[in-house]
Amino acid sequence: MEEKVIWADGLTKSFGAFTAVDHISFEVRRGEIFGFLGANGAGKTTAMRMLCGLSLPTSGRGEVAGFDIATQQEEVKKHIGYMSQKFSLYEDLKVWENLRLFGGIYGLKSRAIREKTDEILSDLGFESERNTFVRALPLGWKQKLAFSVSIFHEPKVVFLDEPTGGVDPMTRRQFWELIYRAADKGITVFVTTHYMDEAEYCDRVSIMVDGKIEALDSPRALREQFRAENMDDVFQQLARKAKRTSD
Amino acid sequence: MKQFQSFVLKEFKQIFRDRRTSLILLVLPIVEVLLLGYAITTELNNAAIAVFDPSKDAETRQISERFQASRYFTVVRELTDAQEINDVFQNGDINMVLVFPERFSEKLRNGEGADIQFFIDGTDPNQASMLNGYASGILASFQAEQAELFRQPYQIRTETRMLYNPQGESAYNFVPGVMGLVLMLICAMMTSVAIVREKETGTMEVLLASPMKPAQIILSKMAPYFVISVTNLITILLIATFIMDVPIRGSLFWLSVVSLCFVFVALALGLLISTIVDTQMAALLVSGIGLMMPVMIFSGLIFPLESMPWGLRWISDFIPARWYISAVRKIMIEGVGVEYFAKELGIIILMAVFLMAVAWKKFKIRLS
Amino acid sequence: MVEVNDLSKSYGAVNAVRDLSFSVNRGELYGIIGPDGAGKTTLFRILTTLLLADRGTARIAGLDVVRDYRRIRQLIGYMPGKFSLYQDLTVEENLQFFASVFNTTIEENYYLVEDIYKQIEPFRNRLAGKLSGGMKQKLALSCALIHKPKVLFLDEPTTGVDPVSRKEFWGMLLKLKQQDITILVSTPYMDEAKLCDRIALMQGGRFLEVDTPQHIIDHYPETLWSVRAKEMHRLLGDLRSFPGTKTSFSFGETYHITLGKSSSPESLQRYLEERGHRNVSIQPISPSVEDCFMLLSK
Repeated sequence: MEEKVIWADGLTKSFGAFTAVDHISFEVRRGEIFGFLGANGAGKTTAMRMLCGLSLPTSGRGEVAGFDIATQQEEVKKHIGYMSQKFSLYEDLKVWENLRLFGGIYGLKSRAIREKTDEILSDLGFESERNTFVRALPLGWKQKLAFSVSIFHEPKVVFLDEPTGGVDPMTRRQFWELIYRAADKGITVFVTTHYMDEAEYCDRVSIMVDGKIEALDSPRALREQFRAENMDDVFQQLARKAKRTSD
Repeated sequence: MKQFQSFVLKEFKQIFRDRRTSLILLVLPIVEVLLLGYAITTELNNAAIAVFDPSKDAETRQISERFQASRYFTVVRELTDAQEINDVFQNGDINMVLVFPERFSEKLRNGEGADIQFFIDGTDPNQASMLNGYASGILASFQAEQAELFRQPYQIRTETRMLYNPQGESAYNFVPGVMGLVLMLICAMMTSVAIVREKETGTMEVLLASPMKPAQIILSKMAPYFVISVTNLITILLIATFIMDVPIRGSLFWLSVVSLCFVFVALALGLLISTIVDTQMAALLVSGIGLMMPVMIFSGLIFPLESMPWGLRWISDFIPARWYISAVRKIMIEGVGVEYFAKELGIIILMAVFLMAVAWKKFKIRLS
Repeated sequence: MVEVNDLSKSYGAVNAVRDLSFSVNRGELYGIIGPDGAGKTTLFRILTTLLLADRGTARIAGLDVVRDYRRIRQLIGYMPGKFSLYQDLTVEENLQFFASVFNTTIEENYYLVEDIYKQIEPFRNRLAGKLSGGMKQKLALSCALIHKPKVLFLDEPTTGVDPVSRKEFWGMLLKLKQQDITILVSTPYMDEAKLCDRIALMQGGRFLEVDTPQHIIDHYPETLWSVRAKEMHRLLGDLRSFPGTKTSFSFGETYHITLGKSSSPESLQRYLEERGHRNVSIQPISPSVEDCFMLLSK
């Protein structure tokens, strides 16, 4: 049996009469790269917030890293990493100061932080940027650094919310190589993206339409199932059925 | 003209759709007047006073008893030494000390004239002037009775000394002060925030890239706040006259002229702020710290200008609200003619012209 | 319609736009493709008369962006990066407002925006702030079009919008072209490039290449190979350690690589199989715009 790091069973979130997330069920294995796709307003963000322990489900159950997302939210938060396009690092702190800060937030000891900092900087080839203010880094570099920070404490799962928006193609690929490396180390990666070619980098992909998961499989299997040339076609076929129009 | 109209319409829609903004614009001024007004006009009861009476004769005793009998005062201490006067004030439990001279009766009868001194705690100037009024009233009525009894000219001269705030500012001051404050708040702060908001949301980019002239943009941004501040002025004056019983003694015409000039100063300041900051937060901070605080501090609303050290007083000369408040005071409270506040009016007009010119110059036809 | 000569603009030490020269023909759909920080927004702001360049000249419809900015502002439409709408006005009020800013009415040019506006018309009494990303984008486009501009500048209109709305949006642009409107559009999404008449690949304030998408692809100087095997993660490391590999990038489910002169796909196949890779497939493929961008941006 492979270890399930994330599982959801009938997970639902309603806001009044509006059901943002409608009975979604899925499982993610350890070390898997799981792409979580959907149009704007399909319910991705709401689902992700529940899984991160930031929002309580209206009904249904789910576990992340072995903890119940409804009753053990604090534990869930301790065992996951999170990175989004919007919030990543403190722009007015230097690179090493950011690393020290987040190491401290996750409760690492100073020595461990120092070692880990050196390791990350050399992994990224950022040694010369140690004393640079984050705001002076190009966007792609920031995002790579932010990703490294989000797995600083070696979480079981890392949630990435559109991590590569606006990043140049070269750096995007380097970013995905970082994701591969993390997955090879056994970290489960849960990622949303608007780049459909990136969907093909994932081991498995789910596509949400109007709060429901309409498709879930490996990119290749999905392409075959929908007789599509690429993931973009698959996505277009599914998402066009959406009735919902607002976020 | 069509552009201008629909811009102003849009601006009003935005103002009234945002509950917070409309609250600030329409309710705050009224609340402010009422709050300040009632805090000040509350009647004073049983103020604690001390008496220093070295002569201890029939008259001084009678006067002390009158004070005691009045509902405004309670004699809580008899002092035996002039030294104690300072001490009781420093303890803070006494609001006023009544000081008789030695040989009061004797001086009174032989026509030397008798002096009574009131020492009043001037920390709260409004309370102090009220105490002074009541105390003088009691003495005056005493004097009138005595004069009838003895048919001889009585000469009690009172000398009031306000400690800590010798001027004892008038209780009416707050209305001009609040008018200055409200106009600053609405014209300067809200205008700057409204312009900067367009920068923040990026709509300013679209407007600048449109055929609308920058002057049109500025004017249509200002117009709604101009209308709202005029409305507020009228409301404040109505409240002042009919609820607070603060009279408008001078000419309503000049009051409007001075106010309109000041509105232009404030609008120009708001525009100026909007040209130097990029976020609504910064606009609030700059106008809050840069405009509201000086208005509160230097305009004589809280602290009387006359008791300020010369350095600060010099700075206060550059605060437009100080001149505005002073002019309004002269028109409303003193009811004097235009020749008495021509200086204030002149300064305000100069400031308006200067600031408008600078703001106009600084408002960019481009992004940076 | 747009003529740019040696245009430069820097912010302190950052050169946002460096010695750009290009021209856009009337009725052309011209794409400026590049990642964040390439200088696209700065360029658009100079062309829409919102920024002054440090050096160089630019003309829109024969008018100078500095001297004739007034007249240019009459004839351009501009949609900045963030959808610049009034969030607290309704859909209809936004459109009405922008129409009057440009001295026109909705009715006058309705035919131009009809296709787009019809899709959001059911929500015309909803506040713009409550619309979804795709609908905001449509409203912003309607607002930029309502005065029938001669040249339309769209700065990253599809950023952060989901693929379905993006596709719809490009469909609208293609229709607008038929109305004789010249369109300059910038985007970080390389896959949108193929829909433009001509594209400029931009990075670091410079144009790396300007041409039709097909020409750019045809001029790719190398043979591009698509490589696949069973263990994809491990494959990348081995591809890189192969001495004959010039470039290697992940591309969807495969890796795109170019090889040096001295090596052949056969030798690579052998190399990989020696390292225990199974189901190795190495196919020549035609490059995408993204491949070209990566090659040029090195």
